[in-house]
Amino acid sequence: MLGTGILQGMVETARNFVGSYTDEARLTTVEYPEQRIPLKEATRQFPFLVFDGSDPQAGLRCVACQICEKECPPQCIFIEKSKDKKPDYIGKPQFYPATFDIDISVCMSCQICVEVCPFEAIKMDNEFELSTTDRFGGLLTHKQQLAKPNEHYHKIHPTEAAEVDARLAADKAKAEAKAKTDADAKAKAAAEAKAKTAASPFPAIPVAAT
Amino acid sequence: MAGKLDQLFVALKHWAVGFFPEAWQPLVSILLSIVPIIAVFGGLFAITTVIERKGLGRIQNRLGPNRVGIPLTNIRLFGFGQFIADGIKALIKEDVVPRAADKVVHFLAPIALVVPVLLGYSVLPFGRNMVPIDLDAGLLFFFAVGAGTELSLFMAGWGSRNKYSLLGAMRAIAQMISYEMPLVLSGLAVVMITGTLSLPKIVEAQNAYTGTIAHWHVFTPWGLAGFILFIISSLAEANRSPFDMPEAESEIIAGYFVEYSGFKFALFFLGEYLGMFAVAGLGITLFLGGWTAPFSWLTWIPSWAWFMGKLVTIVAVFIWIRGTVPRLRADQLMNFAWKFMLPMALLNIVVAGLWHFTGREGWNMIVRWLVCAGILIVPYLLLGRALETKFVKRVYRYAS
Ligand code: SF4
Ligand code: SF4
Repeated sequence: MLGTGILQGMVETARNFVGSYTDEARLTTVEYPEQRIPLKEATRQFPFLVFDGSDPQAGLRCVACQICEKECPPQCIFIEKSKDKKPDYIGKPQFYPATFDIDISVCMSCQICVEVCPFEAIKMDNEFELSTTDRFGGLLTHKQQLAKPNEHYHKIHPTEAAEVDARLAADKAKAEAKAKTDADAKAKAAAEAKAKTAASPFPAIPVAAT
Repeated sequence: MAGKLDQLFVALKHWAVGFFPEAWQPLVSILLSIVPIIAVFGGLFAITTVIERKGLGRIQNRLGPNRVGIPLTNIRLFGFGQFIADGIKALIKEDVVPRAADKVVHFLAPIALVVPVLLGYSVLPFGRNMVPIDLDAGLLFFFAVGAGTELSLFMAGWGSRNKYSLLGAMRAIAQMISYEMPLVLSGLAVVMITGTLSLPKIVEAQNAYTGTIAHWHVFTPWGLAGFILFIISSLAEANRSPFDMPEAESEIIAGYFVEYSGFKFALFFLGEYLGMFAVAGLGITLFLGGWTAPFSWLTWIPSWAWFMGKLVTIVAVFIWIRGTVPRLRADQLMNFAWKFMLPMALLNIVVAGLWHFTGREGWNMIVRWLVCAGILIVPYLLLGRALETKFVKRVYRYAS
């Protein structure tokens, strides 16, 4: 019959109305600044740069490869490569960012920079209270503000961070193992070459060490 | 004592007018009618905005506004300071007028809304002997000025030179013209029974008691049907949900007042709520016995308290409906107006005529009740069935 649906709906809303006063568990929202709901692990808001060790700038994982800068859809990352190099976590000399700025007002939290970074250097933060009193300067975050320790990453995204650490450790172990076998092979080759030069009357053509 | 309290405001006004010289008295008397109306209903508007937000919040299992109280203290007044903050915000905001707008029309539209709405109050009886102007054709006057608000909505939509505004304005016009018809026709039944267009006289006609129960029109078959039709069409006239299609925040942002900001926006808001109160007040006058008490043993409560109490109740029901019913689509709206509301309103006029000419003693009374109720209920069921949407499983050509 016409109207019965509306009456049923009105009964339902009346029940909600009364229920919200009598039954606290019904309330789906909290009073925000005082009460907070714990954030989900997958929460993401704005990227930050991960650093290892104690020095935020020296420990940055970022090697200024500028992949994220090129991929960022709204083009809000600005990177300047350093002139010199510093060793990364494996020990290989790499560039580091002299400037790394992200414009917070342009970033759309798409996480693409995180997806494309081959060095696990940029991750998403879950800090969402980002308002600032400075309309222009405050919206441009520099690498000093962006650098956050690996522990912070572990705190906000524990599962993901553990995976990343495991992968990095495996890479490092592999690199070390490879370096070791390389060194062994080199030593062996050198020894062989030496033996050859000793045996041969002609001066040997130097073997290109790889 | 009860009589004194009942006539408190009338006596106060007489006393105040007495201080002025003879020549000034009519003017002062008029002013003393206007100022309290603006103050009381303006205040009611302010409080309703908060109550509405709180009520809607509770209906959705939220808390609603509960913070703004007295500034610089910890007194929160359950959030009832909110309207002051909103008012100050509206007053100090920049008034943006689009460059392409028709400046004059854009400026006049909010005024053209508030003025007719306020005029409507001039004929409403708020209590015994408390009617600003006792016009012989008060009802006609009310409907006439009420129709004037449509002009302002279209002025706003047209003057803004904005597509959303114009869409909202056209929706508003289509809707208001469609629902004006059942609104007036449902009021017509009352005029047929009471034989007068004067609102105080219509209330007076309901101010009688059989046993302890009052002769309110809503206690008769045609009155109940008329009241429901009236409430539905007044919701549409006031652009309230579920008939808030002209505003439709989620699709055309705010319809005809997209381009309004600051104080002009506040005026539109005020006009809408004042319009809602006025049309609810008219509904009370026509069907709910105006300022009369429902039972003869409750007549000691002052008449103006009855009027305000009924008004607040109706407004609460409006809020409740807003929290329940989703917005209608344009075609549903028109179908409902022309295929259901209009036939029912016409039928109601027939029933009112029948009611007027049939006996009111003993068995006749019961037969009259049954016949009149039957004439209304059977078409209601049939029309309702015709309106009901036939749900068929939708077949998609590509998506499934
Ligand atoms: S999250 Fe998206 S928009 Fe923001 S910096 Fe990374 S790639 Fe750019
Ligand atoms: S954050 Fe990653 S992708 Fe971006 S420049 Fe640094 S290393 Fe390259």
